[in-house]
Amino acid sequence: MRASITLAIVLVGLLGFTPPQRAWAVDPAQMSDPALQARYEVLIHELRCVQCEDNSLADSDASIAADLRHQIRDMLSAGKTDGEIKAYLVSRYSEFILFRPEYSWRNAWLWALPAVLLLLGVFVAVRVIRQRAALIDDDPVDDDAGVARP
Amino acid sequence: MNPRFLVPLAVFVGLVVVLAVGINHSRQVGVLQSPLVGHAIPQWELPMLTDPGRSLSSRELKGQWYVLNFWGTWCYACRAEHEQLLKAQRDARVQIIGVDWKDENAAALDWLSKLGNPYTQVVTDQDGRTAIDLGVAAAPESFLVNPEGVIVYKEPGVITPQSWQHEFLPRLPPQRGVPAPGAGS
Repeated sequence: MRASITLAIVLVGLLGFTPPQRAWAVDPAQMSDPALQARYEVLIHELRCVQCEDNSLADSDASIAADLRHQIRDMLSAGKTDGEIKAYLVSRYSEFILFRPEYSWRNAWLWALPAVLLLLGVFVAVRVIRQRAALIDDDPVDDDAGVARP
Repeated sequence: MNPRFLVPLAVFVGLVVVLAVGINHSRQVGVLQSPLVGHAIPQWELPMLTDPGRSLSSRELKGQWYVLNFWGTWCYACRAEHEQLLKAQRDARVQIIGVDWKDENAAALDWLSKLGNPYTQVVTDQDGRTAIDLGVAAAPESFLVNPEGVIVYKEPGVITPQSWQHEFLPRLPPQRGVPAPGAGS
């Protein structure tokens, strides 16, 4: 019993010594400039792997994802801005490659709809409450007068 | 009947319509609509498979119709497509340029000698840069390019007899001379 507890403690303790694994460990690439590396990491988490669509470029070990990461590193090194890199990929793969769609008039209804529905709900609720309130008996005469109660 | 009882029904019908339209217009899983269709094909220049010292470019193909077909010997679906490509080559309505994507040249040559060569020319894209520039996500993918260099159609997967019949052929001009398939490769 005691030995197994000791073993458990040792094993749990060992967990602390495992090298830190990150979720995107599929991508071992490191850019020499830490600032570029930081931008790179943000970008590959915001862009979708075009082949395995529910993964980001950061999570995917598909060959096309590796190629796209390589392309992004090259564009960063060449001094392109994040916006230029995204615009390039959108021009090739459509906006579908962005996990976060850009704001535009075309999809404005998507953002506006919850607010519109909320206002509609408030409007309906206020009307119903007002109608119900009007039904409350405010007659000063006691209707129950003279009625025998059990 | 109080017309107010119709409100939930109207909301329900509206919801059904919205969902039905949504389902009908939802893209097929795994298929990306290329934003390049209707636009000039991004300039490309790639080394020839048989003679890597020489290259072929989109500029040289200006003035001609062509199908640019991305494939690879590692691509299982490309084998399924190969038969249709050979048939299309025999019809000789349009030249097919093969892009051997992220592949070994020797494996590609072996594939073509065993299965037959449907391509007028075969070029190689070993680092995959051109594929990205053309928005290719997965092989096989094919572009139909007109003489002005504009992509008029993109097949986002296997070219089937149906898609060849209904998507490619109607977009091509009626029978006219195209370079003999197989020549120059």
